[in-house]
Amino acid sequence: MALIISVIEQGMIYAIMSLGVYITYKILDFPDLTVDGSFPLGAAIAAVMIANGVPAIVTLPVCFLAGGFVGYLTGLIHVKLHVRDLLSGIIMMTALYTVNLRIAGKANLPIYTDPTIFDNDFVNGIFPEALRDYQAAIILIIITVIVKLLLDWYMKTKSGFLLRAVGDNDTLVTSLGIDKGRIRIIGLTLANALVTLGGCLYAQQQRYFDVTMGTGTVVIGLASVIIGTSLFRKVTLINVTTSVIVGSLLYKACVAAAIRLGLAATDLKLVTAILFLVILVLSMDKKRKVAGADA
Amino acid sequence: MLELKNISKTFNAGTVNELVLFKNFSLSIGDGEFVSVVGSNGSGKTSMLNIICGSIDIDSGAVVINGEDISRQKDYLRHRRIGRVFQDPAKGTCPDMTILENMSLADNKGKPYSLTKGSNRERKEYYQSLLAPLGLGLEEKMDVKVRTLSGGQRQALALLMSTMTPIDFLILDEHTAALDPKTAEIIMQLTDRIVKEKKVTTIMVTHNLRYAVEYGDRILMMHEGKAVMDRSGEEKKNMDIRDVLQFFDEISIECGN
Repeated sequence: MALIISVIEQGMIYAIMSLGVYITYKILDFPDLTVDGSFPLGAAIAAVMIANGVPAIVTLPVCFLAGGFVGYLTGLIHVKLHVRDLLSGIIMMTALYTVNLRIAGKANLPIYTDPTIFDNDFVNGIFPEALRDYQAAIILIIITVIVKLLLDWYMKTKSGFLLRAVGDNDTLVTSLGIDKGRIRIIGLTLANALVTLGGCLYAQQQRYFDVTMGTGTVVIGLASVIIGTSLFRKVTLINVTTSVIVGSLLYKACVAAAIRLGLAATDLKLVTAILFLVILVLSMDKKRKVAGADA
Repeated sequence: MLELKNISKTFNAGTVNELVLFKNFSLSIGDGEFVSVVGSNGSGKTSMLNIICGSIDIDSGAVVINGEDISRQKDYLRHRRIGRVFQDPAKGTCPDMTILENMSLADNKGKPYSLTKGSNRERKEYYQSLLAPLGLGLEEKMDVKVRTLSGGQRQALALLMSTMTPIDFLILDEHTAALDPKTAEIIMQLTDRIVKEKKVTTIMVTHNLRYAVEYGDRILMMHEGKAVMDRSGEEKKNMDIRDVLQFFDEISIECGN
């Protein structure tokens, strides 16, 4: 049972991050490596704020905005300085490593005793004692559903239409008299805001920040997106954001199963990489594979 | 009034592949004119359109619209008063969006793309009334993704979308070339109707000499970056396809379809 709860908790956290990756990878066709830096950025900000006694609820909007700013910078580097997509992300990812260290002050910052969004006087008062073990999972499901609904809503607005159009056919966006570069920047901003929000929740669920915790985030995000979208490709009733969330849960379940089978936590990154490769091959996303290798 | 003044453009300057396309090329197109442009491959037809639209930069000269020099204006800003249809039907629409979503998107051109609802359901009937006369059945497929439509259906949609909002210029870049003859005919008739209704200044590049002769009130033949033939008014009306063909032969260039 504890294992399932842990899969749900982490699956939901990574689902929020994966929704960000979905925007860059699927909608903008932009392999954004900034994610490996913006995810721990959220963790660093959250850990420092919480260690300093800031109410946990405040960390969410702060991380969202900070992540948005970071994505905005990646967008500026790509669009205004004409640096190619992969390199823009690598530059930001590398820079963020230092930034995250600076924010946290050290490579590892535990917040074992401070109140978090999942464990504070307010929510402890709402949830009965019997649900204590499920508290974090329930709160995460609520947050994820809210994020999903907001993203669904945005994609149906005029601004969201442009974002979808720029990934679909950017010539049309130019024909509409709109600067396609600006739309790409908006997409990267929104995507990294979500990723950083995911990192913010991750630090509070794990109760620590570690500077290396971002490594491989983009792979997890891509795996979730690809599992979700290829699994439900034919099912029209399930919309894309839901399938990304389910993809993230399935991915986390696979990893949990691998560890259950006797792999050590230190093997996790290798498991992640192999799992991603298997998923790529199975989903036959050939075009992307070649594009990735070439980049 | 659209004027191209002393345009020069060289591709791959300074290399063995250097290609001087335009040298002091000038052309002016009056308001409301419908100009057909013909010419062989590499004659500069499409490059001329790209220069007008800002898709390629010029080395020297000026693109002037109503007295305003727009040579340094960014392409997307120029498109605020230009509607454009490409040869490739996929370029004028968003494949992963529905017909209704595509038309709503185009209908909003010139207005802010805000956080209000993207699909314009109130205008759905109006959109359907634009689609119905085409006889392609598109009005019944408002919630179908454009990806599933045929090339001709997409091109018809692209043409409607590019002219939904007020524009000063309509640029048609071989917009019937990728279609079968029957669909091409439908698209051409739709084009003519739109141009006449909206009285929009139109430049149409085509390889179809019959279309060039039948439609429009001015015909331009391009060859090696120059307009070697330019006829309008009565002179254009009295032309038939043999005159154009003969001209083609004289400059010994291959005849397009």
